[in-house]
Amino acid sequence: MKAFAQLFLSLDETNKTNEKVRILKDYFNSVPDTDKMHMLALFTGRSPKRQINSTLFRTWAIETLHLPAWLFEESYHVVGDLAETIALLFPQNTAQTSSKTLTEWIAEINALSTYTEEDKKHWLQYSWSILDTQERFVFNKLMTGSFRVGVSQNLVVKAVADIANLDTNVLTHRIMGSWKPEDYTFAQLIQPKQDSEDISRPYPFFLAYPIQETSTVQKSVEELQTALGDASEWQAEWKWDGIRAQLIKRDGQLFIWSRGEDLSTDKFPELHPFMKNLPDGTVLDGEILSFRNGLPLPFNVLQTRIGRKNLTKKILEDSPVSLIAYDCLEFNGEDIRNKTQTERREILEGLHQDNAYPEIFNISPLITFSSWDELSEIRGQSREMIAEGIMLKRKNATYQVGRRRGDWWKWKIDPLSIDAVMIYAQKGHGRRADLYTDYTFAVWDGDKLVPFAKAYSGLTDAEINKVDYFVKRNTLEKFGPVRTVKPELVFEIGFEGINKSSRHKSGVALRFPRILRWRHDKPKEEADSIETLKALLGDNI
Amino acid sequence: MALHLRHSLQHTDWDMKQVIPNGSYNTMPKKPLLEFTDRGIYCAKGKFYIDPWKPVDDAVITHAHADHAYVGHKHYLAHYLSRDVLYYRLGDINLQTVEYGETVMKNGVEITLFPAGHVIGSAQIRVVSQGEIWVVSGDYKTEDDGVCAPFEPVKCHHFISECTFGMPVYQWKPQVQLFDDMNNWWRHNLENNLATVVVGYSLGKAQRIIQNLDLLNGNIYTHGVIENTNEALRRNGVVLNPTHRITQDSVKEDVRKGIIIAPPSAVGSPWMRKFQPYSFGYCSGWMAIRGAKRRRAADRGFVLSDHADWNGLISAIDATSCESVYLTHGYTASFSRYLSDIGFDAHEVHTLYGGEEEGVEALPQPSPEDREQDFKVSPTGRDLEGASFSEAKGGIV
Repeated sequence: MKAFAQLFLSLDETNKTNEKVRILKDYFNSVPDTDKMHMLALFTGRSPKRQINSTLFRTWAIETLHLPAWLFEESYHVVGDLAETIALLFPQNTAQTSSKTLTEWIAEINALSTYTEEDKKHWLQYSWSILDTQERFVFNKLMTGSFRVGVSQNLVVKAVADIANLDTNVLTHRIMGSWKPEDYTFAQLIQPKQDSEDISRPYPFFLAYPIQETSTVQKSVEELQTALGDASEWQAEWKWDGIRAQLIKRDGQLFIWSRGEDLSTDKFPELHPFMKNLPDGTVLDGEILSFRNGLPLPFNVLQTRIGRKNLTKKILEDSPVSLIAYDCLEFNGEDIRNKTQTERREILEGLHQDNAYPEIFNISPLITFSSWDELSEIRGQSREMIAEGIMLKRKNATYQVGRRRGDWWKWKIDPLSIDAVMIYAQKGHGRRADLYTDYTFAVWDGDKLVPFAKAYSGLTDAEINKVDYFVKRNTLEKFGPVRTVKPELVFEIGFEGINKSSRHKSGVALRFPRILRWRHDKPKEEADSIETLKALLGDNI
Repeated sequence: MALHLRHSLQHTDWDMKQVIPNGSYNTMPKKPLLEFTDRGIYCAKGKFYIDPWKPVDDAVITHAHADHAYVGHKHYLAHYLSRDVLYYRLGDINLQTVEYGETVMKNGVEITLFPAGHVIGSAQIRVVSQGEIWVVSGDYKTEDDGVCAPFEPVKCHHFISECTFGMPVYQWKPQVQLFDDMNNWWRHNLENNLATVVVGYSLGKAQRIIQNLDLLNGNIYTHGVIENTNEALRRNGVVLNPTHRITQDSVKEDVRKGIIIAPPSAVGSPWMRKFQPYSFGYCSGWMAIRGAKRRRAADRGFVLSDHADWNGLISAIDATSCESVYLTHGYTASFSRYLSDIGFDAHEVHTLYGGEEEGVEALPQPSPEDREQDFKVSPTGRDLEGASFSEAKGGIV
């Protein structure tokens, strides 16, 4: 655990990529293989199952610390992270601390499932007492399942690839899927040739790079021509707004992976018949969407069924899903990612033609266009198509790994926007701890301000400091961590979509709201009204 | 326009308190010996102010940081080790200096200075009249840093305290561990051909670092702002380790082999970029929190503060055996609530200008110490590590 805590600290202390890779390699070269696999699991989002829920964790910490609960809460708001707060609140440990390895700690954590509550508590209190502040912090992160590091999976893969002298794409593929650090060894991971492939293992997703535009600066046709070359080299499709997924059929078994690398085969039973109808050794890439009468439904319809443990008959009726397939990655058991876009598309179309469920297995239609000018015009219809914009794929491109510039681009339509007044503020987390960075915005409903969205990104650090300064001097009321501030500051809020909502006071729910800019030029009276906001709902009701 | 004193928890205010018959207050005059005004802490009987922020006739200064020592007063009283820094920062002022423990009488009121352990020349001010004893802490720390006279608890009835780090998440490690880390980091940088830049406040942090570096590693090089303060201290008789001012004529490769001490304003400046590639360390109590550390984008954060940590504050307040404690800046709301919980009579001193328990983010202020701060890089008032009246400053100007 000491080495792991030190790894975490060292990674925190640099923002240089090469330095991070060096630190990761040093770690791999100094710990036992089982620790390496546990570290890889943690760094790729495979945390151990949470054994003590956060309420108990918090309660036991407060009890052990002999602190008033309110002071614990205040401390949490200063630090902005539960694991770190608890780590800091305990006295500095000057005695010799525990020398257990990461593997031993995780084994102990997993063994908790058989403990009584009282035993769990004693184990936790003892554990806190034998760790120093930095180790306690990492330990708390493991316990609370909120393990996130400032290192991308790509960097971790690069470090392992360097050590094992393997290709990063091969390694990226090998660490995907549902392996457990207990039964996947480092030797297996880095062997030159994989002997038995896990049949559920998905391929890394290829992600598009955004064509950067703001609400005021649009890309001209000439710019597109310069950046992308001739329009005839490109394939265009609508950018659908659903759940990006990979569908696998191997050895007669079905697997559905969402982009967050969750195995969600059981969440989409409607897709199983068509998948069974596919030939063995097929992997499709596509978007899962809710459909009705051949038209995609807004994302929030699909959202209602994500996260549900049980799919009731009603849910299946209200938000039935189908697939819009984009690509084929494996055909007849062969990895075809190195074939060109056009070749893969032909194979995909063939699979589609042979399938008995064309209403569930759709393929993303290609947009016919002959010039950037024409495509730019077609893009204007995105909203009617219930699409987010357009996807551009180079016809001779292979299927690559991760977000890469060059061959896949997403060209989204302008975000919707509205001018709103800030009325509540709350402190941020992580890098923004102890600063007021999370704001709630309101629009006018007659002479009242109705809150309609919370947003926290989009301001520069300098602007955040100014808003923080304003909040601290213009607080009207405090409700726990939330402050009601004098309505005065106006911001332009952008969002991707808007839907009717009975759960929100304003009657609408926004998708991906964010701050586009601070409207210093607008007094609060000139902010938009609820009618303007509702007008954006359009037919989307 | 008096500042408001708020009794935390109980809903009595200061004025009420004075008329309630109470054992400990029976013998007190109607007016307390010290009061909080819009110019600073005031002693009406002795006709003097402590750390006033607007021009007054008679000012007693706890220490030479810009937020405590303002220009424009007719007469100053301070510890003699603050003398040359005050002259350097405030120009030709009418200054009287005293030693710790030496008493000065003003209109029948006794004034005595005691070590605050904050920076060289920093003092707590004890004010006594007719048996009523007040102590104004200014800024203080309880750990002996080996550079300035260590904090000395002073018995009093009323203690006016800072609480910059008045939250239990702030617990300092002994400085010896910190300087071990710093010296190891310097060696590591030397091995990797990186220059080493340590960023810290020019009065206090800089000297503490200078006195604790391992000179076997190499020479100490200083930014002009820091060397000016060092020179003022040397004129004042303070003995510091040898330092070399970085000038046009400095040989870059020599400087890169030493350690560079720079003020926060130098971070990211062309001056600092000359020494690339470098690793830069930021010294501040705020570095205890990961979020604050990441905001600063320093390569290394050293949790080094000239203020008392949570345990230091509580032990210092406890050691005064005071009847009441007044908290001027820092996490005043939560800290006074906690003190009340554990049985102290604690008050928050609120100004009319925001009264913020966590310390309002100070916007740039045109005073010499503030000019040292680079607000683009370190925009929070907290970097001023002792910006006690930063809220008031902002409000009045």
